[in-house]
This record gives sequence, C-alpha cells and structure tokens, in this order.
Amino acid sequence: MRRAALPQDALDATDRAILNALQEGFPLSHRPFAEAGAALGIDEDELIARIRRLREEGAITRFGPFFDAEAMGGAFCLCAMAVPTERFDAVVTLVNAHPEVAHNYERAHRLNMWFVLATDRPDGIERAARAIEAETGLKVLRFPKLKEFFIGFRVTA
Amino acid sequence: MMIDAADRRIINATQGGLPLTPAPYAEVAGWLGMPEAEVIDRLAAMQARGIVRRLALAPNHYALGVTANGMSVWDVADDRADELGARVGALDYVSHCYLRPRALPDWPYNLFAMIHGQSRAEVEAKRQEIAALLGPAARASDILYSTRILKKTGLRLTDGG
Repeated sequence: MRRAALPQDALDATDRAILNALQEGFPLSHRPFAEAGAALGIDEDELIARIRRLREEGAITRFGPFFDAEAMGGAFCLCAMAVPTERFDAVVTLVNAHPEVAHNYERAHRLNMWFVLATDRPDGIERAARAIEAETGLKVLRFPKLKEFFIGFRVTA
Repeated sequence: MMIDAADRRIINATQGGLPLTPAPYAEVAGWLGMPEAEVIDRLAAMQARGIVRRLALAPNHYALGVTANGMSVWDVADDRADELGARVGALDYVSHCYLRPRALPDWPYNLFAMIHGQSRAEVEAKRQEIAALLGPAARASDILYSTRILKKTGLRLTDGG
C-alpha cells in the first residue's frame, strides 16, 4: 500500500468529489455506478474509469463491502510486549515466525512491541500467545477487544 | 451473527473488492452461479446484521496526506466507558476505537483510539480535543507512536474459515 502523499495535482475536482462521496456509501443496486455517478454529475463509464485509475494510483485502499472480521469466524487479539533493546531483533524474528501474527509494530513506549494475533478459531489465540511467551521468556500482555465503537473516520480529499 | 455457506461464498468473492463493471453484483452472481437478486439481498441482510460494516470506497489516507498517526490510550471510568467510547469513535479523525481490558499494574488504560492527522502536531492537537471531550472521566492517558512496521500481512479468511 502506498504510504506517501500523492502530488497535489494528481487529483482533480471530480476525483476528490468521488473520494469524498463514496466514503459515505455505495449503492446496492443493479447499476450502482450509474446511480452514484448521477449524484456526482458524471456517467457510469466515467465513474468506473476514474475509480480504476484512482486505484492504480494508490489513492484507494479498498472498494466494496467491509466485513466484520469476527462475524466472518475469525478471532483477534492485540498483544504487547516489553522487549529489552538488545534482544529486540531476535524477538522480532521469533514473534514474526508465527503465522498467527498478522501485523506487528514497534512503538515508542516501555511496551515497545505491539502485534495482532489472528486465527480461524478462538483457542488459537491463547495457544500462539503462550508459545511466544515460552520462546521468548517475555510476558505477552493480551488486550482482546471488549467492545468496538462505531467509527466515524473520514478523510477529506 | 452466524453466516451460512452462501454468505461465506459472497464474502470470499468480494473481500478483495467489487469488480469495476457496470453491474458488479451481477458479475459476482455469475461467478457464484446464483441470481443477482440473491447477492444483493444477502449483502443487504448482512449489512443489517452488522456483518457488512459498510459498502463504500476507502481512500488511502496516506495518499491524501494524512500520514501521521498515533495510538491514544485512556483510563476511563468503567461506568462511563460505553458512552465516552461511542463519542470518541464518532470523531472523523479516529479510525479505530476499542474498549479493552487493563493489564494492571503494567497498563492502566482501557480505551484505545487511533488518531490520524497530516502531521505529528495535528495528531497531538486532536489528542487534546479528545482529552477535553473526556474531561475528568479520563484519569490518565498516553499516546504511542509507531517507529517501525515489523510485519504486515493481509487478513484473509480461508475458504474453510
């Protein structure tokens, strides 16, 4: 995924209107691009072509349904460890070797390693966390979500 | 929130995104050998049940210049956590907002909110806005900035799930 800002002139006013409008939702109908395009004053073909180009340029990360991962049957747990600096690289190797580790970030804190365990079954979380503790000799703090709040995140293009 | 086999096939077919074709649900229906109306109806039903969070386009916020982020964490009184978490999650610069267990004595925080901005300074300013919103209900807080991505793989559900 692109992590750098696009040049200012990469997007025109219509591109920005598309990014702003379709964050709010996309129709669930027979000809959704025609319907969404009409609201933006462009036709179906132009909307499809622009979304394709925006995706190729890296301006779009995802277009379609966003699924609740737990509803799909997976289990997830945010975990954190306080890793001594001199052992950090060795512990990264041990932790990342587990396929259950979906992502892992170094953060500026005493708890300096934060990773997410993702498994098909709930009991896989505890198994992976215990294995990491046994291999590293370090405590794995578990932060399973108790509640997820509705997210209003929007960016203005 | 159970899904059946047909729902799962639709999820697997669309979790990478919708096809860019004039009738995308008919296209998906064709892949799966089911009527277009069934794909539409099942997606609508999954949306009503919260399995589909939303059907939308997600801009790459990094590409749009929103490149700074920090994981803000708060120790919020348990009896107000639901109400305050809902208000923090609704902010347009917060991309994730969760209630999680504390891990005492190592970790006193129970509300996690990922804050995004165009710069570190903007993220700090947003953090102050959240502090003002929470007021004395937040007994302590911190913010953790990532210094390195150590691993990042997509979350993909296998067919057997």
